[in-house]
Amino acid sequence: MNQIQSNALVMRKLLVFTVVMFGFGFALVPFYEKICEVTGLNNLLQADALEASVEVDTGRWVTVQLDANIRNLPWTFKPLESSVRVHPGELIQVMYEVRNTSDREISGQAIPSYSPQLLGKYLKKLECFCFSKQVLKPNEIRQMPVQFMIEPDFPGDYGTVTISYTFFEIGNSVADTGSDVEKS
Amino acid sequence: MAAVHDHDIAHAHDHHPTGLMRWLTTTNHKDIGSMYLWFSFLMFLTGGVMALTIRAELFQPGLQIVNPEFFNQLTTMHGLVMVFGAIMPAFVGFANWQIPMMIGAPDMAFARMNNWSFWLLPPAALLLLTSFFVPGGAAAGGWTFYPPLSVQMGMGMDMAIFAIHIMGASSIMGSINIITTILNMRAPGMTLMKMPMFVWTWLITAYLLVLVMPVLAGVVTMLLFDRHFDTNFFNAAGGGDPVMFQHIFWFFGHPEVYIMILPSFGIVSEVIPAFARKPLFGYSSMVYATASIAILSCIVWAHHMFTAGMPVTGQLFFMYGTMLIAVPTGVKVFNWTATMWRGSMTFETPMLFAIGFVFLFTIGGFSGVVCAIVPIDIQVQDTYYVIAHFHYVLVSGSLFGIFAGAYYWLPKWTGHMYDETLGKWHFWLSMVFFNLTFFVQHFLGLAGMPRRIPDYALQFADFNAISSIGAFGFGLSQLVFLAVVLKSIRGGAKAPAKPWEGASSLEWTLPSPAPYHSFETPPVIR
Repeated sequence: MNQIQSNALVMRKLLVFTVVMFGFGFALVPFYEKICEVTGLNNLLQADALEASVEVDTGRWVTVQLDANIRNLPWTFKPLESSVRVHPGELIQVMYEVRNTSDREISGQAIPSYSPQLLGKYLKKLECFCFSKQVLKPNEIRQMPVQFMIEPDFPGDYGTVTISYTFFEIGNSVADTGSDVEKS
Repeated sequence: MAAVHDHDIAHAHDHHPTGLMRWLTTTNHKDIGSMYLWFSFLMFLTGGVMALTIRAELFQPGLQIVNPEFFNQLTTMHGLVMVFGAIMPAFVGFANWQIPMMIGAPDMAFARMNNWSFWLLPPAALLLLTSFFVPGGAAAGGWTFYPPLSVQMGMGMDMAIFAIHIMGASSIMGSINIITTILNMRAPGMTLMKMPMFVWTWLITAYLLVLVMPVLAGVVTMLLFDRHFDTNFFNAAGGGDPVMFQHIFWFFGHPEVYIMILPSFGIVSEVIPAFARKPLFGYSSMVYATASIAILSCIVWAHHMFTAGMPVTGQLFFMYGTMLIAVPTGVKVFNWTATMWRGSMTFETPMLFAIGFVFLFTIGGFSGVVCAIVPIDIQVQDTYYVIAHFHYVLVSGSLFGIFAGAYYWLPKWTGHMYDETLGKWHFWLSMVFFNLTFFVQHFLGLAGMPRRIPDYALQFADFNAISSIGAFGFGLSQLVFLAVVLKSIRGGAKAPAKPWEGASSLEWTLPSPAPYHSFETPPVIR
């Protein structure tokens, strides 16, 4: 094999390697989602399991403020009560109301957010409208429950916490990312 | 290393075009090397002017010179220009000039592709720089362009994305060329373990480049799709995840920082033995240390994102992995020191820069180990401590390595000795002003001054003023370097074939200046 041929051979191998690495970058996307799923990180769309016996800590109250936001959606979205008082360990249900003010059918997905961030670790949600996408017909009004519990070992230095939901419109393109939203 | 070859082959067929066409069409590795070096110097000055504007604004608290939006564009573009425009092309320039001469090859393996790799760079730089003038201005979300900011920005961001695509393609082509040249075109008798350290470090760097540059191309493509084609890779609302961007970006980004330092390791490993008049201590351990650093660099990326949200197990893994890199790096620093130990040292400018490199890079390495410690990193994340850390490894590391190499090989490139007095001035001014600029930033960072903010609290005023004075001094000192280079091109004492007594690699067997075509008959390595 002469110099030119052997050079071309090395170049071909390296070009194939380059293309493979370009693909690898994209392969990291499903890989990342799989890792999050397996390790239970970023688990926003699955209900938590309730442990058999949870002792309600009646010795203290936590005020849970309920917040609702919409992002670029012709919807209105609000909780029926703006805050509730709960004991840690107590199972409670609150209602949210959403209304499609436009004259077209729209799918939305709610993404939760907690303050303090730490709350995410202690909040067990058995049922939530945020576990699946909501499809609203023109002018449809829907009341949706969230059933949750704050675990009794939630640190005592927080008297007030906030649970916030933001509705985003989801189009057809969501499937492109292979995201969990469409699967559920 | 001894070599036998024909000196000064007469080149009757030397009828290359002249003027602009010579440079546009050249396939000669020396011409292309020079163009890379001049391009990177120009970009270095451009990025430097941006840095000085930033420092001018930070000279005093309050907003004086630029508005915050423009300040953000400056910090972003300073990073992009210095990384992709100045440091990386400078090393490719060195590779082009030196690798064929050091391994006894007549030219690079793919001469025409080499020309193309270079000529992709000016359009990319133009895209980056003209993005300042489009509506919305240049990209302003930091050189790491994290979403969601980078998804929301104006068309300046698209231009930066395209510039990165083009520069990435250029780097990949350059790397393919370098790998092929080193693997296939060594002179007979030059086994891999007889190659000069500079060639070894570039071989490993080139492999890192083909490994991670395509991943960068992929992640900026995803960004582009999120911006324009309604995908939701990084858009939380659509089920994507902005943190995933950070993971993929730093999978490229961390090897990238070693891409910017390994060739400097190589240059310093050439310069120190030459001026200590002793062979490099522990050659094979140097090769293995370089390879270990490269491999480890691929599995530590998430230490850039300790505060982004990660399980403790992950933090521990990336913390210990990062600290492990200190071992092969320590081997290298030990070997450089051991090479100097009991050597007959002289302190010409290349040696000064090399010693400055070892000294200051080690400081940067240590602050790197400090940043690797998770609880400390959570404190110093996004503060000036990090700025000080990576400027110690990138300026007094990569850049000082580049200066050491430039002074070391200038006699071979131009045929004239450079002005030693001016060279020494350049070194000492750079050394003093560099430390004045960046040492105090450690204190600023520890005291909590955040990066990428145009204004700051009053208690940071003194250190910032000192840092700004240092920055202007450092910037102006680089004009001395320009003067030295120009002077050496125009004339000066005639350089002998081997101006440095202790130098031993193949390029010193060629006359100075190196003939336009060298080693057309391969030398024989005994």
